[in-house]
Amino acid sequence: MPVYYLEFLVVALGLVLLMVDAFAKLEDKRSLARLGALGLAVVFCLLFVVKGPEAAEGGIWRFYAAPDKLSLFFKGLALLSTILVLIMAIDYTPIVMAQTANPEAGAHHQSGLGEFFALPLFACAGLMWMSSANHLVSIFVSLETVSITFYILVAYLRRNVGSLEAGVKYLILGALSTGFLVYGFAWLFGVTGSMELTSITEMLAKDSVNPTAALFAFALILIALAFKLGAAPFHLWIPDVYQGAPTPVTAFLSVGSKAAATMVTLRLVSPFLASAPLVGKITAILVVVAILTLLVGNFAALPQRNFKRLLAYSSIGHSGFLLMALAAAPRASVENSLSSSTVIAFYLGAYLLMTLLAFLVLSSLRSAISGEEIDSYRGLAKRSPLHAAALLVAMASLAGIPLTVGFFGKFFAFKMAIDAGQWGLLGAALVAAAAGFYYYLKIAVSMYFSDPAEGDNTVIRLNPLTGIAMVVLMILILVAGIAPGVVVGLFS
Amino acid sequence: MSTLELLVFLPLLAAIAVGVGAPARFTALGASVLVLLFAVYCAINFNASQEGGMQFASSRALLEMPGFPKLSLAFGLDGISLVLVLLSGLVLVAAVFLAPEESEIRGSSRLYYLSLLLIGGGAIGAFAATDLFFLYAFHELALIPTFLMIGIFGHGEGRVRTAWTITIFLGVGSLVLLVGLILAVGALGGTTFDVASLTALAKGSPIGESTQGWIFLLLFLGFGILVSLFPFHSWAAPAYAEAPAPVAMLHAGVLKKFGLYGLIRIAMPLAPAGADKWLNLVLVLLLGNILYIGLVTIAQKRLDRMLGYSSVMHMGYAFLGIAAGNVIGVSGAVLLMFAHGLSIALLFGLAGWMRDRFGFLDIDKFGGIAKPLPRLGLLFGFAAFASIGLPGFANFAAEVEIFFGAFSGEESSMSWIRWATIGALWGVVISAVYMLRAYRSIFMGPKPDKLVAPADLSWAARLSFLLLLVALLAVGFAPELLNQFIRPAVNGLFTAMAG
Repeated sequence: MPVYYLEFLVVALGLVLLMVDAFAKLEDKRSLARLGALGLAVVFCLLFVVKGPEAAEGGIWRFYAAPDKLSLFFKGLALLSTILVLIMAIDYTPIVMAQTANPEAGAHHQSGLGEFFALPLFACAGLMWMSSANHLVSIFVSLETVSITFYILVAYLRRNVGSLEAGVKYLILGALSTGFLVYGFAWLFGVTGSMELTSITEMLAKDSVNPTAALFAFALILIALAFKLGAAPFHLWIPDVYQGAPTPVTAFLSVGSKAAATMVTLRLVSPFLASAPLVGKITAILVVVAILTLLVGNFAALPQRNFKRLLAYSSIGHSGFLLMALAAAPRASVENSLSSSTVIAFYLGAYLLMTLLAFLVLSSLRSAISGEEIDSYRGLAKRSPLHAAALLVAMASLAGIPLTVGFFGKFFAFKMAIDAGQWGLLGAALVAAAAGFYYYLKIAVSMYFSDPAEGDNTVIRLNPLTGIAMVVLMILILVAGIAPGVVVGLFS
Repeated sequence: MSTLELLVFLPLLAAIAVGVGAPARFTALGASVLVLLFAVYCAINFNASQEGGMQFASSRALLEMPGFPKLSLAFGLDGISLVLVLLSGLVLVAAVFLAPEESEIRGSSRLYYLSLLLIGGGAIGAFAATDLFFLYAFHELALIPTFLMIGIFGHGEGRVRTAWTITIFLGVGSLVLLVGLILAVGALGGTTFDVASLTALAKGSPIGESTQGWIFLLLFLGFGILVSLFPFHSWAAPAYAEAPAPVAMLHAGVLKKFGLYGLIRIAMPLAPAGADKWLNLVLVLLLGNILYIGLVTIAQKRLDRMLGYSSVMHMGYAFLGIAAGNVIGVSGAVLLMFAHGLSIALLFGLAGWMRDRFGFLDIDKFGGIAKPLPRLGLLFGFAAFASIGLPGFANFAAEVEIFFGAFSGEESSMSWIRWATIGALWGVVISAVYMLRAYRSIFMGPKPDKLVAPADLSWAARLSFLLLLVALLAVGFAPELLNQFIRPAVNGLFTAMAG
């Protein structure tokens, strides 16, 4: 079975959900989400049986790289995060219903819910395609498929001002960054005369390349990618959008959208890094952006009181570590060193596990805990030990404490910086990691050290599906934290 | 699964069992007694005459990736780690035994016992691991449980602040250490995390001198922060004063020794030239530990704070033994780690018992309680004498070895380390001053009228204190009990080392 069938299957599944929503008289639309998750799980299993083409020629393959293990790994990440986002969306249903209810008489009481479950599938298809994109056009189209879906999802709570504000901000800045990206692509095409990454790489490596034009193209592309990644100084939209968007969408943004942006960055920056005349300047720029992102993300997270905002800044901080792995890419001459793609793939896998675990807890608690302030998690350990333990594991892993998968992500990135002799970058990363220690543990303090607030003792319900997902993620975080080979084996 | 793997994973499995719902105290007690029995079993079956090399070794490869050192879950014991695993077993049993009954714990008793098991298990794992990564990671395992234990179950108003202080100090120390370790592994080719292979590489093709200087400095500061090296000691005394007694026993008695162990096992063999280069800095700082902190200890007005500072102070002797850089000095340091671990655990256990019964630990509010509480008085007296280092206790044997080691040499001129040794000797006097003064005003003299003495130590409490005391006395009268393991191991270490 050719690989691209998977994307078609996911799109078809999304369309089926929309049709079922429109024509079948469902009493409880949450079954749509269950159906979607089940379908994606089947596609996930198919990942292990697909084969690439015998000979890649013409047709759709022009836009599609041969399926190496790395792109399959990224497709798996996209599928896994979408499944978990759908599980979160089930928990989050009451809030979506309250904020989208249709006041007309006779309307279905869940009238606004169907698309909330179907749209993530289209984003997922875009993410999967992106992991195989090797042509500027297909990169652009898949990136926009994802972005446009997110514009809708972020603003989904139409009776909530915060959500609408987030939607508008995301739309305007997203459109602006798309503009930069296309302009950059145009310059890149002008410099190299090609839209295919392989021939772009060849052209850029020649001494005859015009460095000024190439650097200009790089700058434009980097601005656009920094927007998508949330890298400083283009990170300003992240906290507001993360805070305003519905929690499952925030989770999807912070994992899916970040994975996509990182992957595209890896694809687009690698040709520049492989080019002897440009590599020095490109590395310098990347180092500066990485240092800024590390420091801004982690220091701005220190005073945050809102949990979602804190996770937003933490996601900026993690972008910093991802960029660090890119900026410290080994020169081709160095034998036997860690490659950026390996480290980034591992880091993203780790980031997916721990971030989604945190968001799972958040959205599962949303009905029982009134606010999203850190203070409203006071005494959680007494009210629900499982939620508290899951959040503790997620925070420990995000902070990078050994024996969790987050440690190895940071460890690999540090190792690369040391191998590359980037001492400034290493120093910034150390300071950033130390700051992370503080603000992640702040959550543990609030959960474990204080008693629940007065009158705040509603029973916390746990949806069995969410419970299973939480336990599985916890186990994965710890197992991969002891034996990282489990994850590495998936893509190399 | 080999015996040693079983020994390492037992506390961790027990912690999981407690977390899932097994009866907390029963499981924890059973697991810790089994750990001690396994440790004793290892000691009996240990081939003491073997120099160098690990016994009970096991290894499972976990990650082989180009550009990254080979990672394996590997354990093994030599004489040094055997002694420390024995120490961990003894203190773990005593600490779990002394922990309050489930019904007396305010808050979750499961979390309490789970954390104790994780702290103990982390320490044992760190001492038994022969893979650099796991040696580091197991120590970190104890970080969050310690944080939670002090913050939730600690004493006093400032406990949350104290929990933060210790966590940030240890966290930053670990980060510095991590950078040093990555640098060292990288400088040695970056192909393996196996400590023995790294040592062999460091002998075969030593790291450049200036790089060694940096690596040693980072490792020394990183490990030093974990051992409360002066001037990075300020986390220790408040943390031990405010932690629940079993945590103070485990942390001051066992976990803190990890830093010294790391210096002996990693910093010294991998960067010997760096150690030479920074010797004078080490000497100044260790004198800070012994003399300055000694004076600070004398000034303390509360028993728990005094004990906390005294444990910081005694680390100075261990640094001196390591700085001596010869077999006798390093053996003395290892023996002191064992002796100090037992004596400080004993003292913290007794102080915790007193805090529970009296409700305060201000030295001048006590007086003459040896009369109504003779058993407490006797045990505390023994523990205090051990801590001062009187003959008959393991501490004496250890300190004598350290001083001999540090003063050794044929030449008659005074080197810096000899001056430092003369300075350090005054520490013995300082310890006697604060310990005997505290003992006099708490246990001797007239009893204040307002002071109501509780019932004396129960059998259960006596049992765990006696376990520690008997071990201290046995090793004190026959240091050869442990020296037979330590000496060949240290000999082997020096043979395997460069230079």
